[in-house]
Amino acid sequence: MAEDARIRLAVDIGGTFTDVVLETLSGRLTTKVLTTPAAPEEGVIEGIGVVLKLAGLEPSAVGLFIHGTTLATNALIERKGAKTALVTTAGLRDILEMGYEKRFEQYDFYMDKPEPLVPRPLRFPVRERISAKGAVLEPLHEDDLMTAAEGIRTSGTQAVAIGFIHAYAHAEHERRARDILAGLLPGVTICISSEVCPEIREYERFSTTCANAYVRPMMAGYLNRLRARLDTIGLRAPLFLMMSGGGLTTLDHATRFPIRLVESGPAGGVILAGQIARECDLPATLAFDMGGTTAKICLLDEGEPERARRFEVARMYRDLKGSGLPVRIPVVEMVEIGAGGGSIARVDAMKRITVGPDSAGADPGPACYGRGGKAPTVTDANVALGRIDPARFAGGRIALDKGKAGAALGADIGSKLGLSDHWPAAGVSEIVEENMANAARVHAIERGKVIDRYTMVAFGGGAPLHAGRLAEKLGIDRVLIPVGAGVGSAIGFLRAPIAYEVVRSWRVPLAQSDLGEANRVITSLRNEAHAVVAAGAGKAALTETRLVDVRYVGQGHELPMSLPNRPLAASDLPDLRKRFEDRYRQIYGLHLPDMAVEIVTWSVTVSTVLEPPAKLAAAKRTGSAAPIGRRLVYEPAKGELVEMPIYARADLKPGVRIDGPAVIVEDETTTIVPASFGATVNARGDIVMEARHAR
Amino acid sequence: MPDNSLKAIRMQVMWNRLIAVVEEQAQALLRTAFGHVAREAGDLSAGVYDLDGRMLAQAVTGTPGHVNTMAAAVGHFMRHFPVATMKPGDVFVTNDPWLGTGHLFDFVVVTPAFVGDTPVALLASTCHMVDVGGIGFSADARSVFEEGTLIPHLRLRSKAGLNEDVLAIVTANSRNPVEVRGDILSLVSCNDVGVDRLIGMMTEFDLASIGELAVYIIDHSRAATHEAIARVPEGRYRVEMNLDGYDAPILLKAEMRVGGGEITVDYAGSSPASIFGINSPKCYTDAYTVFGLKCAIAPAVPNNAGSLEPFKVLAEAGSIVDPTRPSPVTARHVVGQMLPDIAFGCLAQAMPDSVPAESAGSIWVLAMGSAHGRTGDAKVANAARFNVMNVGLGGVGARPGKDGLSTTAFPSGVGTIPIEITEDQSPLVFWRKEYLPDSGGPGAHRGGLGQVIEIANSEEAPFTISAATFDRIRFPPRGRDGGREGRKGSAKLGSGQDLATKATHMVPAGDKLVVELPGGGGLGDPKKRARAKIEADIASGLVTPEAARRDYGFSD
Repeated sequence: MAEDARIRLAVDIGGTFTDVVLETLSGRLTTKVLTTPAAPEEGVIEGIGVVLKLAGLEPSAVGLFIHGTTLATNALIERKGAKTALVTTAGLRDILEMGYEKRFEQYDFYMDKPEPLVPRPLRFPVRERISAKGAVLEPLHEDDLMTAAEGIRTSGTQAVAIGFIHAYAHAEHERRARDILAGLLPGVTICISSEVCPEIREYERFSTTCANAYVRPMMAGYLNRLRARLDTIGLRAPLFLMMSGGGLTTLDHATRFPIRLVESGPAGGVILAGQIARECDLPATLAFDMGGTTAKICLLDEGEPERARRFEVARMYRDLKGSGLPVRIPVVEMVEIGAGGGSIARVDAMKRITVGPDSAGADPGPACYGRGGKAPTVTDANVALGRIDPARFAGGRIALDKGKAGAALGADIGSKLGLSDHWPAAGVSEIVEENMANAARVHAIERGKVIDRYTMVAFGGGAPLHAGRLAEKLGIDRVLIPVGAGVGSAIGFLRAPIAYEVVRSWRVPLAQSDLGEANRVITSLRNEAHAVVAAGAGKAALTETRLVDVRYVGQGHELPMSLPNRPLAASDLPDLRKRFEDRYRQIYGLHLPDMAVEIVTWSVTVSTVLEPPAKLAAAKRTGSAAPIGRRLVYEPAKGELVEMPIYARADLKPGVRIDGPAVIVEDETTTIVPASFGATVNARGDIVMEARHAR
Repeated sequence: MPDNSLKAIRMQVMWNRLIAVVEEQAQALLRTAFGHVAREAGDLSAGVYDLDGRMLAQAVTGTPGHVNTMAAAVGHFMRHFPVATMKPGDVFVTNDPWLGTGHLFDFVVVTPAFVGDTPVALLASTCHMVDVGGIGFSADARSVFEEGTLIPHLRLRSKAGLNEDVLAIVTANSRNPVEVRGDILSLVSCNDVGVDRLIGMMTEFDLASIGELAVYIIDHSRAATHEAIARVPEGRYRVEMNLDGYDAPILLKAEMRVGGGEITVDYAGSSPASIFGINSPKCYTDAYTVFGLKCAIAPAVPNNAGSLEPFKVLAEAGSIVDPTRPSPVTARHVVGQMLPDIAFGCLAQAMPDSVPAESAGSIWVLAMGSAHGRTGDAKVANAARFNVMNVGLGGVGARPGKDGLSTTAFPSGVGTIPIEITEDQSPLVFWRKEYLPDSGGPGAHRGGLGQVIEIANSEEAPFTISAATFDRIRFPPRGRDGGREGRKGSAKLGSGQDLATKATHMVPAGDKLVVELPGGGGLGDPKKRARAKIEADIASGLVTPEAARRDYGFSD
């Protein structure tokens, strides 16, 4: 069987499950298999085997394979990466450990800062000094590199990060150091900060470079083994990797910059939301993903998420900024909250219910799993409130114990607050929904967005249970539960472009920009990005986005502004200033006409052009569906248990209409339609809930 | 019952929402602030108050010195502008150190929130300005009149618009007029964000007033604090501490009285106010004393009028912890940020093994500038003009069961500023910023390390450094329970000369500034430190082999 470019495979490796999606001309097949942490490629091969068998296809028929994985993230969380050294400017070797020199938890004097990836004995000083303007203040002392190489060799270090001060402004010293060390240390991975992250702020740049070096031997090993296994089974289709910024890259590039693969799963989910937004003509979409340990919320305008260049991995305190390792890489901007099905509920000293951020995980799991978990969780609350049918959880594979859920909630919450019956569960549910709503609101204000204009797209096992109530709290009128919500991230991978973003710090006042130099910088960024994308895109049409981060001189937060796709001309500058001020006023409600404006960072993204999705036809109204049963379910707006009809999602054909309150069940999740909403099913098979007052 | 249950849950939800409202307010401020100290280091605060001026919630973002001072500041505004006289669109401002947050650099802005024409709450915020005129960031002024421009309680905006007269006075007196104007407008606009969110919340929950919610928050917080205080044995506990001071050492003397559900710290007997600007106004003294008590006793109780109420601080008017007008106060944190160590010193007697050893304490503000106007040196004329600020942080005291944090701000909530950012804005070069071996106080649990920072001008020109906030050079952070003191700080030139006083010093062209930040105190007998930990410290170069033998009795 010959490769067919229209037969496409996507695999997302998560902490517990490996999700596999196969799309062929005749439709989509999905499966979940257990992740095999010791050799993740085993689970991938197994899952691929399952879907190909279902489809009756040979591996050789697959035309494209897209892969995302949390392996790099997990290696950072679990500290299972390579033994790594840092070669850095003499006098500054503790920058990596000092970090922000700040406590992220003001009142807890027992808090600890994240351990650096490179311990002090493996941080080697080298005499050299570059100034902020890129001038050499002290030449590179090559004999110091000899000493460092000796220390690296004798310590059995497998990876080296080179991070010199101001290397974003002058990379020669780092390059020369890399060449010398490469000669002295054959077989050792070497990464330089001016390539991994050429941006100002030494701690964040060094941290990113060390993280890249730390995960690179493992990721390169895994990816090369996977490629070999795929070749062995005859799956020779091109392999692309999903990056945290929402674009795909080649195997070769991914093995060099594996830090860009962290958070690829959530990025896939956001791409799915973007795809749905374009198909359904939704100008503003809020992607809401809720799993076992966390919930993630991302805002998309015209199907495009906002992007950021800073992210924190491996937070020690899940919800606290500053408790993780900063990495400066392109990421889809989203807010993550320690609120999932396994999040533990308790009562604090002020007699308040708190939920998370710690999770009961899968083992022992929520109390209702009956595996020894004693602490009440969000899932226990959902069982106690009648939202989850204990007999149908995970397609009936895990039988839940409603009695244990109620007992745990009563013991840890009810008895402490004088609440009985369903009230402890109602409190837990309200608080977790409020926490998510608050995080979403703060996230929106930070970006100057009006949240109640958004349509929510909810996916992941926990989201459809809470989406309706969350929408009520946020004033959102429309919620969409996509078909295949359980494997949303992997489906999203199949919609991603091959794309690459290259970034550089170069601060220039807007008023006196040297256009010649600016155009040289842009050209060099373009060349680098085109080279990466061309390796995978072949002759596909490409599109280019040029961005600069602009701010008022003296301020610390920049706004990204687009540049035209042609050489900059003097006449572009006043226009740039005007657009910046308009956007600034939109976010902050004022602008400062007498304040100078400067460009801080330059970036170019090159991407393959995606075919615009076909607009969705309206589903023909097909009347109502018959419920498969009825049960008492908590209705928060009323504050009481209400008898609700239960529908099987498989029975709901496009065009069907259901009035809330109602419950819609499927194997991977349950959708709650609140009393204030009604639901229809669109032509794609998505459940679309709309607030009554809006209809 | 169901009604009450639903109501209880609703109250909790609204409390959470109120905290989110002020967090939104603080984030809006953080993103628009100009000063590096406000922005990179987080020197700001935001909160919401009821119509009696009681603080109900404050943002997690911010620093303790602002948080608790602002709790009292709103009451002062209300005495000057009674709520009944406030109108929609009004915004009020002051930077009065005694009625605001302790020095002229911090502007406090208060905005009433209205439903229709009825006031329902007040939103307040504060942040550190880049420059407010006068002598600048220095302890050398002999009175607050020399320290800069004081804006009394004034109306900054009304329905008619901004009061440009006030802004003109501030900007005309500042070395950085544009930034200061921008920062004040940022305060105004972040309060608007807070008002907007608060009204949105009241609409959603169908509230005409937040009175009932206020009572709920304050009662629950007060009860939780009382419960925490009940765990502290009743009694009187006394402690004394010496600080370097400017011209003469300072004695801080305190008695903590625990009883009747309250804790009172009385500073009677402490040194009189200094003639230099290191005095801590009473509001700032309150803030950091209560911060220390609260973080040891009730860290999880959110800050609000209820949780702060059971803590009382007394001081003698005219003392260094309650200076009267017009004592200078710019570098107030030199004394103020040492006060948590006073609280810990008292609590250590009441509840052994519950508090850290002493820390480096007050942050060392590295305020550096070009020497224009300060020297006749002809080279200066052609040199770059600059005025930058970075922060030097020492070690935190060892904690029960744990070593202290190295080079981390405590009790201040600020952080450092990247070297690359400071160098990008000046010709300065940081040749060294590194842990200082053996600076952590020896103990079963070691104090956090201090650091050495070496800075030179890359141009052939001198530069100035204000030593206003450099302390614990003579009196190091003390250990506890047999733990030893951390290493003293030091400030000198590369060529050797000590920068002996808190004055503004000149670093000559070609020379270097060398500052060594103090290490934190140790906790428990160093001889009882686990051998593996000593070995790890030696391997990392945090403790030298000689010091290991001398201080820990270590032998190979």
